Order: sequence, then C-alpha cells, then structure tokens
Amino acid sequence: MRDLSLHLLDLTQNSISAGASLIVIRLSIDESGWLTMVLEDNGKGMDPELLSRVTSPFATTRTTRKVGLGIPMMLENARLAEGDLVITSKVGVGTALTVTMNTKCIDCLPLGDLSGTLLSLMITNPLAPDFRFEGKSPRGECTFDTREVRAVLGGLPLNEPEIAAWLRDALKEEIDPVFT
Amino acid sequence: MKSLAELEAIRAKTLENIAMRKENADAARVVVGMATCGIAAGARPVMLAFMDEIAKRSLEHVTVSQTGCVGMCRLEPMVDVYLPGQEKVTYVKVTPEMVGRIVAEHVVNGHPVEEYTIGAAE
Repeated sequence: MRDLSLHLLDLTQNSISAGASLIVIRLSIDESGWLTMVLEDNGKGMDPELLSRVTSPFATTRTTRKVGLGIPMMLENARLAEGDLVITSKVGVGTALTVTMNTKCIDCLPLGDLSGTLLSLMITNPLAPDFRFEGKSPRGECTFDTREVRAVLGGLPLNEPEIAAWLRDALKEEIDPVFT
Repeated sequence: MKSLAELEAIRAKTLENIAMRKENADAARVVVGMATCGIAAGARPVMLAFMDEIAKRSLEHVTVSQTGCVGMCRLEPMVDVYLPGQEKVTYVKVTPEMVGRIVAEHVVNGHPVEEYTIGAAE
C-alpha cells in the first residue's frame, strides 16, 4: 500500500466482513509526531486462536485462497516507522485494531487521501454500517458521523449521486484541513 | 460540517430520482474490485472518478458498487459494467484517465471500449 489511507480502506473491510453495524476510526497525531490510528468495530469478534495468528499472511477467513495480506502489510509498515500494530478482540463484542507510527521517521507512510477513503467506504457500503471518524492533529480536530447524515436522509442509500457529491465536499471540508 | 439543511433538499430530489428510476428499467451498474489487491493497485481513485463522472453527467440510473477479489490480482484495478440486456463487460488495469471514455462510450452509448477490456489484455 502506498499510504495509510489505503491501509485504512483495506482494514475496514475486515470490520465490514465481521458484520459490524458501527465502525469508529480515531486518528491522532500528537505534537511530537507520533500517530495513533484506532479502528474499532462492533462486529462478531475473533476467538483467541484466530486472534493469535491473524497477523500472519497465511491467516484468512476467506475460502477462495489461503493468504490474507491486509493486516500483515499494515504491521510491516508500522514497524518500519518505529511503531506497531495491536489487535484486541472479543467474540460477540467486537474488535479494536491500533496502529502506531512515528511520522518523523523517514520510512513512515504518508497519510494519503483520508477523506477519499471515508467517501469510498460510505458509497460502497451505502446502507450499512455506520462510520464515525474522529481526527486530531496539531492543526485541529474534526469529526464526521454517518448517523447524523442518515438522521436527515432517512433510509436513502449514500451512493445516490447527489448525496455522494455532498458527502465528498462535506468530508473534504471537515477532514482535509486537519490532515494535510 | 457542510450544512445538513442542504442535505435535506438533496433528500427530496433523490426521492424523486428513485421514483423516476423505478419507472424506466434502464438501470446500469458499475462494479469496482476493492479487495486488498484492487486497493493497492489504485481502485479507490478509479471508483471516485466513476462517481464524479456519473454525477457530472447526472446519470441517475447508474449505480457504483464494489466487489472483492476475483483472483486475477495482476489485472487490478478491475471494473465490471452491467448494462440491461447486454453481457457484462470487464475492464482491466483501469486508471482514472480511462473512466471518462468508459462512461461516455459504454455506459451512455452502449459501445464497450474494446481496447480496455479483459479480452484485449489477455
């Protein structure tokens, strides 16, 4: 993956596959340049056995082939930037994945297009789940919650062209000033 | 946050669009491969380009959705276009620059862009 936003797009797919109805993403960069990204879902969770081998490229729940590269590639990139990837999970409750990276490290991935990732998630999952993003950096703070959007839209899918265009602008306006 | 009042107006308009779409059965579908392989190969900008192009041309009958990995990772980003009454067409190694032509020639006018299809690549 070329940047963190692409990893985020990829890893969130695991939460969606786990049947989550709410996915919360928290991204913060502190004054010293340390980045923490938490991806939390209320999906079906993993048992200790699956959890213990989930960072291996040879662990996957899909049946079509024997490799799953999303988590191992993120782990590799986190370690390259002096950071780590930690997953906690409880069956029936959900999973939380935390990535840390030192953005001052020369091997640290760029952040990439975060608002583009969130927009992709919303329009490719137009009816469910809900997404909440909380961002914080020395430039400021931002939040975006699809539950607020759905409260206005009722049951309309988020991938309707005009709604998607509104989401694109709203996400850019909210998130880009904090993370560019 | 961009105004939610604006969203209320969009809601009303979208409801009209959906009602209209039900009447004419020409609904088309664009499906982008968005598994790890697709994303790494650049599927996200491709999908957003389709979204933009469709909004720009007000193609209310076209929806964009995603699919997983179909096992031909070396050909990602892959895009399937489904038009009513036509066979599915699969485009491979799609870039955002190719999207305009696919929408204009295929989605709007019904003529697949042969040189971008999986048949031409293989």
